[in-house]
Order: sequence, then C-alpha cells, then structure tokens
Amino acid sequence: MNYRELVQRIEGRWPAQTRVRSTSNSTTEVTSPAPVLTELCRCIAQEWGFCFAGLIVEEEANAWQLRYVFYGEHDLSWVHVLVGAPLAEKVFPSVVRWIHAADWHEREAEDLFGVRFEGHPYLGDFVLHNDAWQEGVEPMRRGFDAQAAMRQRLPDTDWHPRRVVQELGAFVMPIGPKFSGVTESVHFQLETVGEDVIRSSTRLFYKWRAIEKLAEGKTVDEVLLLAERFAATTAFAHGLAFCQAVETLSACELPARARMLRVFLAELERLRQHAGAIQEICESTALVVANSQAGMLEEELLRVCGELCGHRYLFGLLAVGGLLSDLPTAACRKALGRSQEILERLNALQAQLRLSSSFLDRIEEVGIVSPDAARAYSLAGPVARASGLVRDLRRVQPYSGYEQLSFDVPSEIEGDGYARLRVLFAEAHQSVRIMEQAVSLLTDGPTCQPVTLRPDAALGWVEAPRGAAFHWARLGSDGRIARYRIITPSFTNWHSFHLAAEKFAFQDFPIILSTFDLSVAENDR
Amino acid sequence: MSQWVLKGIRTGIRSTVYPRAPESAPGVTPGRPRGANLGASAPALVGRCLTHALEQVDGRVVVEHRRCIHCYRCLRDAPSALDWENTYEWAGGGVTAAGPQEKLGPPFRHSIHVLVVDAGDCGACLNEVKQLNNPYYNMHRLGFFITPTPRHADVLLVVGPVTDQMRFALKKIHEGMPSPKRVVAVGACALSGGVFADSFACASGVANVLPVDVEVPGHPPPPLAILHGLLVAVGRKPSVPLTEPAQEAALAGR
Repeated sequence: MNYRELVQRIEGRWPAQTRVRSTSNSTTEVTSPAPVLTELCRCIAQEWGFCFAGLIVEEEANAWQLRYVFYGEHDLSWVHVLVGAPLAEKVFPSVVRWIHAADWHEREAEDLFGVRFEGHPYLGDFVLHNDAWQEGVEPMRRGFDAQAAMRQRLPDTDWHPRRVVQELGAFVMPIGPKFSGVTESVHFQLETVGEDVIRSSTRLFYKWRAIEKLAEGKTVDEVLLLAERFAATTAFAHGLAFCQAVETLSACELPARARMLRVFLAELERLRQHAGAIQEICESTALVVANSQAGMLEEELLRVCGELCGHRYLFGLLAVGGLLSDLPTAACRKALGRSQEILERLNALQAQLRLSSSFLDRIEEVGIVSPDAARAYSLAGPVARASGLVRDLRRVQPYSGYEQLSFDVPSEIEGDGYARLRVLFAEAHQSVRIMEQAVSLLTDGPTCQPVTLRPDAALGWVEAPRGAAFHWARLGSDGRIARYRIITPSFTNWHSFHLAAEKFAFQDFPIILSTFDLSVAENDR
Repeated sequence: MSQWVLKGIRTGIRSTVYPRAPESAPGVTPGRPRGANLGASAPALVGRCLTHALEQVDGRVVVEHRRCIHCYRCLRDAPSALDWENTYEWAGGGVTAAGPQEKLGPPFRHSIHVLVVDAGDCGACLNEVKQLNNPYYNMHRLGFFITPTPRHADVLLVVGPVTDQMRFALKKIHEGMPSPKRVVAVGACALSGGVFADSFACASGVANVLPVDVEVPGHPPPPLAILHGLLVAVGRKPSVPLTEPAQEAALAGR
C-alpha cells in the first residue's frame, strides 16, 4: 500500500473526521478524534498489516497528545495515529481489545501520567509499585515535584497476582527479586498444583530509574550518555537509535565512513550479545563444558571490543553527527579477523550441542510461543523470528546504510527454546557477514559532522540485538530535550514471557527464561 | 558426553595469571584517565566532563574516580587530552564503614561466599561479574563462590545506584546475612549514582543505604577490577586510594 491508497482508505471510511498528512522522514500522521481511534487502530494493525511499535504520550502546554506508532514495509513506512484532548480530560478509549501489544503501553501511561484507558481490563500497580509510592503520584507530568512526592516506604510483602489458582493442593511459588546467582532483579510468582506451572506472573520495574524523566531538560549530549547507559549490554544499539532520532532533526547527511563504522560496531555488539545469550542457555541446562566454551567466546569478544575502541561495551564512541573518534581501518580488519575466528568456534560449539541428547531433551519443545501469539503480542527480535514472525528493522526500514548490505534474516517456525537458540547462532553468522561487507565498504573521510538541530520531535529506530528499539526525542526551543521516550524490545517481549513459562514444569523455568534473552534493565529503564 | 570431556581437556587451562602476576592481554580493561598538570587548558577540559568527575586544583586536573563513567570526552576530540592508564587494580576502602568491625578471620581468607545483588544496574556491571565465572577469570580458584542466599553469604556485592523499589529488598538481604560481613559496591553508579545520580527514583549510591567496606570504581569495572575488590575485601590485596593527594588536600582545605 502506498501513501495515496492509505489516504483514500482512511478518508473513504471516516470522511471529514480524520486528518491525514505526510510529514518528513516517510511518516504519515493521522489525526483522529477519540471515538474513531479504536476502529482506526484496528484497521491499521489487523486489516492493513502494519506492526504496532508503541504508544508515546506527551503533555503539551494545555493538551494531551497520544501517538500510536505503526510501521509497515518498504512503500509506506511509518503511520502515527494522533489523538489529542485537553489536559483536564484524562480518559481515552483503550485499543488493547484489538492490539494486545498495546496492553503494557497503556498500563505504563496510566501509572506515570495518570491518563486512563476506558475498556482496559487491568490498570494499576505496574511501573510504580504500590509499596514504594503512594497512589496518585504522576511522575511524568510536567508539574511533578519529586521533593513533594510523598513516599510510603511500608513494604507490601503480600503482593500477589489479582487472581490466584484455587485448587486442592495449589500453591504459589515466589521467586525473586533476588534469586539465583548473578541475575537481574525481577519477581515471579509461579502458580502450581504439583509439577507444572499453571500460571506465571512477572512483576517488573524494581530497577526503574525514571530515565525518561531524567532526560527532560538535559542537553542532547547528556541524554546520549543516558541512552548508552540505561541498558549497557546493548549500549551501542540504543545510543545509535537516539543519535538517529536527533540527527533526523538536522538536514545533514552523515559521512559514509561514520555510517559504515556504526554498522560494523552495531553488528560486533550483536555478535557479542548473542554469544552471551548462548552462554546463558548452556548455563541454564547445566552443561558445564559448553557453558565454559561459550563463556570464553563472550569474554574474547568483549576483549575484541576493548582492543578496538577502548571500552568493552562500546561506551563513549557515538556522537550526534557521527562518531567521537575515528577507528583505523586496520584495527577494524583485525577485529573482524578475530570475530571470524570466534564465529568458527561458535559453529563448532553448535555442531557439538546438536549431538548432545541431554541438552536437546531439556531445550526442545519447552517454552513454546506459537506464531499466533507472537503476532498478537507483536514480539520483537530473535524471539519473534523463532516463532515465524520475520521482522527485522534492518530489512524493512533500513538505516545507517543497511540497504547496501546483503544479509539473511534467519527464522524458525517451532517457537520453542531450541528454535530460539538456532536463531541466535544463525544471526551471529549473519552479523559477521555484515561486518565483512561493512569493512570492505569503509571509505576514507571524516567520521563526524557538525549538526545544527531544529526544535522538533523525531523517531529513531534500530534492530537492537534483542529486537526492535524505538527512541522518540522532542527537542525544545532551548535546544534541550523536552520529551524522551524509549520503547525497548525487552519491554515488548517480557509482556509475552508468561505464555512461554506456563504449562511447563518448574525445572524448565530457568531454561525458558534464558532462551528468551530478556534484559530487565532494558525493560525497567 | 565423552566428547565434551575431551573438548574440555583439549582446551587446557586459560585462567589469567592475576593475582600472581599482572595480566597484560589487550582489551581486559577500559582504562581510566589519570590526573595531569595542564595549566591554562585545564578549565576547558574540566568543562567537557559531563559527570563532574574532573576537578581543577590549581593548574592540575584531578579525577574523582567514583564519578568517572568512561565517556572518553577528556580523551577523544579533546583539545588537550588526559593520559589514560590501562590499569585495573582500582578498589579502595569504603568511606562509610564506620566503627570497628568484626574481623574476617583466617577461615575466610580462602573461602568466601559472595551474594550479588542488582539494585538498578544497567547490565554491564552484572555482566562483568558474570564473567568472573568463565574460564578466563575462574574466581573459584581463589576461593570465591557465588551464593544465591543471604544466609550463606560473607560478602554482599551490590551493583547499581539502588532504586527506590529495590531499597527495601537490599536492606532485607543485608540484614539477613550473618556477621562478620562485608559490603562491596561495584561500579560508578553504586558509588556516586553515575548518570542516574539526579534521578528522583533512586539513591545516588549504595553508601546512602548501607555501610560500604570496599568501593570498586569503573563503569563497568572490568572483571579483574572486581576480582581485586574481592581480594581487598578479604585482606589479600592492599586497597588503592580513590582520590589523589592533591584532591584530598583541596577537600581538607575547604
């Protein structure tokens, strides 16, 4: 579908109710009145095949603006559905009935802004835990005063899901927020009547640092530090998404060398992150030698990063307008050579894992996410691609020069733990392939370009190692960030995690968790 | 199964020579800036530091390592860059562990159980702690073991600035540990809040919540620095001052 067809369909269906306009950056904005919103979103997502990216709430001087972001393939890239209302009106129709993926977005908006969504089945206690914050605190509002926000620090150790399985012998097993060896803080409640998990509930946001609030009023360079450092295992990807959002606000074309170096580093990070994910899967199945082997590969990749650009997690390299410093082509070649060698050992590891029946028994046919569920939850990244939902922003919405590169998007259909592991291995292979091409395309030239930014808002996106990430940045007239919104793949995928954990035995739980490769820091922001 | 055994044996021993000898492999540490006498160009460089880790004492630029987040703004693209040292023995004694403590006696020297708590970390510090278990660092050979329960723990290793929603859990974990115990704060965020210091939803550092015995600066500290921190906690390595003499003199003079 192209732009004209979209305009015809929308105006044919809701004459004189909506306003469609094409903005820069291949984006179509549809302004819709609240009563039409649900049906419009249903059409866009279900009939016209767009993917739901996220919900961005903005508080303007005297009105709300809610922005539902969708993306499609090639011809028509981005559709933003806008709904406004005066600040006093805080009720909007909920779209979760048709777009299940919007569920957590609406819950978050309700918690942080105090806007309500009519028709949403379950709002409340989400980002702000009721045991740490009083009801009625709306921290993302403009007038929010952190000093005056009354906090009640009475622990609510009784937190439990709204409904609990009632059955003879049923019990709830709480896990976390501190559990196991070296894990991020997250709380699970597994309900069971014996061996199998009947229902699992996840409570997140123990690590909520209010990054989006923190960014407001800061300079672009300061916010770049936040973008890099809020989820450091995928630091480069998030930093890149933020840089691309801000660079959209200037008319400049980035130097070719900077674009290719960015691709090279992003793929190096993906390779390292996937090696780390594979190590965690081996660890969760208690396969000691494989765990050690994969752990060595991850450490070696960290050292490759450290040797190439100083920092093991690629911090301090990105700058708005390019890169903070140039990397010599010879050093990139060397890093590529090491990565190719590591990939060979990764392939050998995969070949050996494929023959280990004890390993396969534990990982095959556990944690299944069906293709339908993947679509309904609009999953992202390797988890989606293992369930047959082939979405890759590098392919459908290329950025930073990915359109010049040839690579495959690996996918599987089974949706179980083993399918996810195979996707990780296959993607590691593709990353090295992209790195090879990026190095061969490196031209001489500058790596940074001075940019002048105009006050406006823009969306930046990347296919981060864990999936699609979107950063929305609004620049105020003083050149400082007025609104920053991060939509991360872990936020998208945690939403569906309970599906995979249910109907499987307790001892499968750590394995399912590791095959999902979820980051809590990325979710909690 | 036998193929795994063979593979393990063929790989051989890969562990680092640290702490017997210094480790010199490239890429094991991000390094950190070293204070320098820069004279007139000092204010310009101090102004580039976004987390106020650089301070000017007369003509000298000194580094507050608790705040340094390796943003490289004082190295890359800077008019007069600071030198970077490729060290990793960074851990210093904590500032808040007041009063006499129960000593960690000889039984602790070679068998320490470490409880790792994530109190709002970005994932990097935690990933570096995780690397301590891989064959390159192999913390078991030094008698360090990760435990999931406070009841078995001797050392509490905290990463992250301590978010409001983790504060209660962290305190409860600390209370649940038997004495004698030590608290090791790992990473710039755990020491000063790092980039999250201004956030209303978290404390700026572990020391605001718990007494800290050992501080490991770095963002994230590389695995060797964390290992050094653990060795400092049990008294097997001397600690390193976190501030320069010039800086301390300036602080004392205020």
